[in-house]
Amino acid sequence: MLQVNERPCDFFPGLRLEDLARRFKPEADVFIVNGFPMPPSTELNDGDSCWLIKRGEHISFAEMEHLLYARHTPGVQGKVKESVIGIMGLGGLGSVVATALARIGVGSLLLADYDVVEPSNLNRQQYFIDQVGLKKTEAMRQNLLRVNPYLKVETFEDELTESIIPLVFKHVSVLVECFDGAKMKATALRVALTLLPEIGYVGASGLAGFDDNNLISTRRIRPNVFIVGDGEAEAKPGQGLMAPRVGIAAHHQANQVLRILLGLG
Amino acid sequence: MKIIVNGEEKEAKQEASVAEFVSTLGFDPETVVVELDGQILNRTEYAERHLKEGCELELIRFIGGG
Repeated sequence: MLQVNERPCDFFPGLRLEDLARRFKPEADVFIVNGFPMPPSTELNDGDSCWLIKRGEHISFAEMEHLLYARHTPGVQGKVKESVIGIMGLGGLGSVVATALARIGVGSLLLADYDVVEPSNLNRQQYFIDQVGLKKTEAMRQNLLRVNPYLKVETFEDELTESIIPLVFKHVSVLVECFDGAKMKATALRVALTLLPEIGYVGASGLAGFDDNNLISTRRIRPNVFIVGDGEAEAKPGQGLMAPRVGIAAHHQANQVLRILLGLG
Repeated sequence: MKIIVNGEEKEAKQEASVAEFVSTLGFDPETVVVELDGQILNRTEYAERHLKEGCELELIRFIGGG
């Protein structure tokens, strides 16, 4: 038995994808087998799950979701879909982490930032010129939903403090620290280690400038607690923050979130 | 007196507070997470807790940028 656009269909040896297309959807020009795009001449196996899609046509939620994740490693989607990820700070780290996690289909993001988009942010942060002046939480919500309309986005717009962090983020699966200031970075890790011991945590320290790519690493502090960065390159006069290196660190963070969700923390 | 800091032996002033010792390393105590003999300290304890001969300190220091 096969599944074709979520409907059962009899299988026989030698059956090809194009045979299904002729029978069910002659206009189809995208062919997905078990989550991967394949040519129409592909010979099918019993149990395969097939999607036949016409590019540009209005497609259902289930079809769209299937297409969005067609390039995922199998087995990933179910696990990330159930997760809630907290992100503290939506700057060069947080906006990139949020975008990567939206793209891989996490179920829900809880985004915290009290700031607005400024022109000086655009050298590294995932916003657009026409969003200058908008709250970062709102601008990020708009952008993420354009990438992944099935994402649930919640926002928190007040300043985070030692006492507020555990209240806001107590229900997340993983908490990602993307603050700019060193004192808040230390505060957040202290809170996570003392008050949120069951929650995965990925912080960052040392990602300014344009030093060697490979000095940025992901260090394990505890099971499910990690700090990304080179530990040295501070943002200060004479050493700025720029998209390439901040992006390296942010994607270390996002991949570590994924690894924690997959039980590899 | 000798103490262990991040696995390495270091010299510290007798009965120095955690905050004093962290400052001698050139770090702002507020940018450091401190574990003293296996216990994560609250920020208010940095001035109150004093180091003892042979104690073990784990320091995680943060720098700005994000």
